[in-house]
Amino acid sequence: MSNYKLIYKIVVITAAVFIALFAGALIIVAVGGNVFETYWIILSMPFQNFRSLCEVFTRMIPLMIIALGICVSSRCGINNIGAEGQMYMGVIAACAVAFSVQGLPSIIAVPICILSAALAGAAYGFIPGFLKAKLDVSELLSTVMLNYAAAQFYKFCIRLPLRDPNDATGTPMSARLPDNTILTKFFRGTSLHSGIILALILVVVIYILLFRTTWGYKMRAAGASKMAARYGGINVPLYLIIAMCISGACAGMAGSVELMGVQARAMENITSGYGFSGIVVALFASLHPIAVIPASFFFGILLYSQVNLQILTSVPPNLVQTIQGVIILIIVSLQMVINNPYSQERFRKRFFKNQIKDIKEAR
Amino acid sequence: MAELNAIKELRVEHITKRFPGVLACDDISLCVGEHEILALVGENGAGKTTLMNIIMGLYQSDEGAIYINGNEVNFKSPNDAFSAGIGMVHQHYMLVPNMTVLENVALGIKECWKSVVDLKLVRDKVNEVSEKYGLKVDPDAYIWQLSVGEQQRVELVKTLCQGAGFLILDEPTSALTPQETEDLIVLLKRMSKELSIIFISHKLNEVKALSDKVSILRHGRVVFEGNTKDYSPKQIAALMTGHEVEIAENKADPVEGESVLDIRNLCVKSDRGFYALDNFNLEVKAGEIVGLAGVSGNGQKELAEVINGLRKAESGSIRFFGTEIQNKSPDEVIALGMGYIPEERNTEGIVPSMSIKENMILKDSASPRFSKKNFLNHKAIEKYTDEMREKFDIRSPNMFVAAGSLSGGNIQKVILAREIDRNPKFLICVYPIRGLDMGAAEFIHKQLLALRERGVGILLISEELDEIMNLSDRIAVIFKGQNKAVLNKGEATTSRLGILMAGVKEDE
Repeated sequence: MSNYKLIYKIVVITAAVFIALFAGALIIVAVGGNVFETYWIILSMPFQNFRSLCEVFTRMIPLMIIALGICVSSRCGINNIGAEGQMYMGVIAACAVAFSVQGLPSIIAVPICILSAALAGAAYGFIPGFLKAKLDVSELLSTVMLNYAAAQFYKFCIRLPLRDPNDATGTPMSARLPDNTILTKFFRGTSLHSGIILALILVVVIYILLFRTTWGYKMRAAGASKMAARYGGINVPLYLIIAMCISGACAGMAGSVELMGVQARAMENITSGYGFSGIVVALFASLHPIAVIPASFFFGILLYSQVNLQILTSVPPNLVQTIQGVIILIIVSLQMVINNPYSQERFRKRFFKNQIKDIKEAR
Repeated sequence: MAELNAIKELRVEHITKRFPGVLACDDISLCVGEHEILALVGENGAGKTTLMNIIMGLYQSDEGAIYINGNEVNFKSPNDAFSAGIGMVHQHYMLVPNMTVLENVALGIKECWKSVVDLKLVRDKVNEVSEKYGLKVDPDAYIWQLSVGEQQRVELVKTLCQGAGFLILDEPTSALTPQETEDLIVLLKRMSKELSIIFISHKLNEVKALSDKVSILRHGRVVFEGNTKDYSPKQIAALMTGHEVEIAENKADPVEGESVLDIRNLCVKSDRGFYALDNFNLEVKAGEIVGLAGVSGNGQKELAEVINGLRKAESGSIRFFGTEIQNKSPDEVIALGMGYIPEERNTEGIVPSMSIKENMILKDSASPRFSKKNFLNHKAIEKYTDEMREKFDIRSPNMFVAAGSLSGGNIQKVILAREIDRNPKFLICVYPIRGLDMGAAEFIHKQLLALRERGVGILLISEELDEIMNLSDRIAVIFKGQNKAVLNKGEATTSRLGILMAGVKEDE
């Protein structure tokens, strides 16, 4: 019975991939690039050698952690656009704490830094959650505004309180983090750091939270139907706030692993837009924690290709962001098409008409 | 009104519509002539609504054709059907909640879509239609502020304003009082001098009173066609369900139990800010069913909500087994043993996008039956859900389908199963059988009577006087937020209740 549905999905997805490639090709041609070369670089470079693959994995880490947080908040019915700001807060907290845990063994120092980042992110997520729950302030408004506030506060921090005292170049950034707070690199010469373990653990934790615990059940019920959840005795505002705190904590942790695993110091633009890409990853994964893994891998490839394009071609790396945008648009419309019963129906009528007769004859 | 070519005859022939795994309509043929009223009856899921949606162009049929005045038509969208002069009032209202009545009506009238919507034109039309047919609506009220009954009136006005010459009414009387229903029947009869009507209903008395012809659908097929006057409601019921129907009735003697729900001088505000309950008093004893009759929109919704902690009480008290529960939170009220079958079964009684299984534990996810230390015990939940599906005859492919995809009767059974099997000390039912077919209604009524036998007090809020009179030990009448009278079972008659429901004092 679901035979035609499966075929329908495959057809739609394949079509979408081609539309995305075609739209991308138009853009590449418009900026004077070579279409096939560009695509080849985007898709094949990550698999050229192990080092490149590790680069992709490294980019997956913050994407995954943020997307997991978004899964929680969105499933609870609140749209957290503020992951970027919460990530900044996480970076600030982790950086500040890192300098005060010097001398501790790193098995203690690292968790303390990550935990403080989580707390900072959670606190920053609490604000829009509380405003929404108690005063019905639109979370879209509050989170976006808080993003600006966080970005500016971060800029202030790396210029004054966290500024590297020994720096002579005038670059606004913190000193290098003490060695005991730097995350271990797994392989020599590659960028992959132990943050990926945290990310994978979080996948399991968030999955269990959402689908195996009463809290997750209540959050999902509150997100799916506020009225029914209230009727069922679920304290909707409370779970809304909790979900926002979890979401913020994830974004904060993503900030800390990016700081401690990749950059080693707090510098300008440390979030690289992960806070926004993470939302897309979560949507791409249909808000399912397990699906976040492949989704973030895909976006990791896209993000990594920015580097390669810059080195290898004349195509501006911003192009990748453009293509990313196009892909996002197509994916969102794709989900609409896939779930639309009317187009499903038309597809079935067109190509599976004989099935109806079969059923009738079988009666 | 727009000039339309009169529809002298609407004929559908050999309509077949298949949904994945279901044949919703199987070779259905019908014919409605000018000024005729056809009643379409059948249990839930018999394919009535699907057939109407096909006529309205919401769905395309897989096979078969529709003819108007002998010419084949092909409606690709409801717009095509509207312009051919067919209008439909759906069972689930198609209204925009955060718009006013006027704006909702304006949505369907293209003439008023200028750079600024010509609301004056719409207002005139609304006034004209409501005067002509005696349908009272407040044009400036927002839809979300209106009760279900009022919303239905808006739907009727909206359809008539579009100049429909052929009306399809999907259970139009389910929200009306007996008087209103009678008025509507008279009105529809009068309207049939100008219009043709297809009328979907479960209420066979109405079918009998109103229709010229009747067609009975079962499992997507027409199993019977005939002239209404030749058959009794009982015969039609038997044809519809395929077996004899027995009506659940409360024949037990009145009880003298302790008072378990005691409401005194309760004042509650509605969403619109006026007092929906105004010094409301009511008492329910253990082991009795108290029916609360009244036209919807007289404070019933607010009453159910305030008892369950979903709405704030301004003043007054609600004592539940001696504890004051006004302004307690919903979970506190639930913990005291309150069961509640809400009016909005599709959005409030269940989480529509969640599975049946997940809906079964909506109130009890944290109870030790279903979870240990906050970890859900999926095995126990599934076992329980299976038992409930068996016991309450919930028909679904499996327990993992979204509860919102079930038919109304099965959704109500999910809610009933959950509420009854939690062993409540008290149960509030709001319009428990609205829109359900006879089989489902009979089942639900029997369950309520069984619960009464176990000594549970029940507050039954309903507009259906048959339901109230069959089940209740005592009957209260609510009008404009006040309890107008409490009658014992023997004292209540349809006409007496009807007068009270209309707000007329008995001694007048």
